[in-house]
Amino acid sequence: MPEREQKKKPAPKEREEVVEEDVAATSERGEKLKEGIDDLLDEIDSVLEDNAEEFVRSYVQKGGQ
Amino acid sequence: MAVPKIVGIETEYGVSLRGAPDPNPVVASSLLINGYVEQRRVGWDFEDETPGRDARGFARDGAQPPEIETHLVNAVLTNGARYYVDHAHPEYSTPECSDPMQIVRYDKAGERILARSMEASRRLLPAGQEIVVYKNNSDGKGNSYGCHENYLVDRAVPFAVLVRNLIPWFVTRQVFTGAGKVGSENGADPCDYQISQRSDFFEEEVGLETTLKRPIVNTRDEPHADPQKYRRLHVIVGDANLCEVATFLKVGTTAIVLAMIEDGFIDKDLSISSPIAAIRAVSHDPTCGATVDVAELGRCTAVELQWEFLRLGRKYADETGLVAACGTEELGTQVLDRWEAVLGALESDPSSLDGQLDWVTKLELLRAYVERDGLEWRDPKLELLSVQYHDVRPNRSLYEKLVRAGKVERLCAEDSVYAAMADPPESTRAYFRGTCLARWADSVVAANWDSLVLDVGTDPLRRIPMMEPTRGSKEHVAQLFEEVSTPRQLVERLTAS
Repeated sequence: MPEREQKKKPAPKEREEVVEEDVAATSERGEKLKEGIDDLLDEIDSVLEDNAEEFVRSYVQKGGQ
Repeated sequence: MAVPKIVGIETEYGVSLRGAPDPNPVVASSLLINGYVEQRRVGWDFEDETPGRDARGFARDGAQPPEIETHLVNAVLTNGARYYVDHAHPEYSTPECSDPMQIVRYDKAGERILARSMEASRRLLPAGQEIVVYKNNSDGKGNSYGCHENYLVDRAVPFAVLVRNLIPWFVTRQVFTGAGKVGSENGADPCDYQISQRSDFFEEEVGLETTLKRPIVNTRDEPHADPQKYRRLHVIVGDANLCEVATFLKVGTTAIVLAMIEDGFIDKDLSISSPIAAIRAVSHDPTCGATVDVAELGRCTAVELQWEFLRLGRKYADETGLVAACGTEELGTQVLDRWEAVLGALESDPSSLDGQLDWVTKLELLRAYVERDGLEWRDPKLELLSVQYHDVRPNRSLYEKLVRAGKVERLCAEDSVYAAMADPPESTRAYFRGTCLARWADSVVAANWDSLVLDVGTDPLRRIPMMEPTRGSKEHVAQLFEEVSTPRQLVERLTAS
């Protein structure tokens, strides 16, 4: 999905001075984290009600206490 | 003087009957409860579904015949809870608990009972129909249903004193008790996302109503205990929580504040001006930057007022102790420490409470979707996520997805929650009620919060009063239960002593 591409930004410019292997480690961790979140969202997508608009419209409750 | 904070939580669940031509929420709620009760009666074997407990023990524990007082479905469970239909919603009232960790367990057990009920109701429904329940407090269209807390309070405390101190408490504690929702309702100012599901629905400061013009402090006076000694403070202003940390804090901190009020320990006037506007303003600002006017503190944020309550709580713990408020000093200290950590995090970075507080956990989930899918805050998908977070079906609940992904902190072991579905708390009169139901289901004619009616085989029926919520605990009656084998013997022993 194109939306997901947007998240994979290059490391910010001000990080350029940091020792190279640290940058690599940091961005690797960042990527892993994002992958984790993406995986989680994918999993949530798979159980989400199909039609959001229809669901929201029909979710009506009687008032209670 | 502070009395032991015996507590209970009653939750009205949202309910949908899907696939039915003319869905009736009262019928759906009744089917859920009947389905659950019937399964217990025939001893459905849950062995393959849940680890850690002997299925025979569970199957033996029967849920109970309806109370006489109402024609609606109304069951009392062997864990001492009440499970019934109220205002077109299925409602689960936990048994009386004696500390904030115990209540977390029994509140969570309620979710599991509703989940089992949905499974059970499948057998009672035509193909293509399904009942789904949600542990939330609003439908996003102006209809709200409650999650009420109940606290045992010393009758000697003038009600006006409770009101004066509790309004600022209830206006500000939502920063950790809120369950979060997209948008606003009930004529409140528009917003993208707000902290509490309930705050838009409060229109009065004090009153008896619970279903319209809801008051921040509810005046219902129905102690379900010795009315000379006790009040039952009926709190209607809270959100239903899924995060165990939120429930633990909600009950633990409120119990401490109540104990301080009973002991006359709050020495400052913390009154908030315009509480109705304030409760909405606080809810509508997820940065926690909204300010309120407090009599002796001036203009401050909800978190700053909470710091003042915490400071008093620490002092109260040092001088008086927290056994009355939280059951043990250890639990009291846990409440204080967690409270402090949460307030600090709310000031520095609320998002760091992802996985501890419902409103933050949900907000972080929605933000992830906003970022990934480029959604506007009015997108129906966000509202769907906001509701489905509370879906109680284990395979559909977004909250449970986050738990399984290891993103939510739990306080209770799942096998202890499973046990709490059937076994009563040992430290309150719920033990007596639940044990009678488990042993002599057919002889319990009616069970209520403060009495039990037994059929001992001959007229008349025998009513056993239980006006003291701390009595009837395991410590009090375990020996007695060991020594008797029939309800008649039990009644004989109780009347002889």
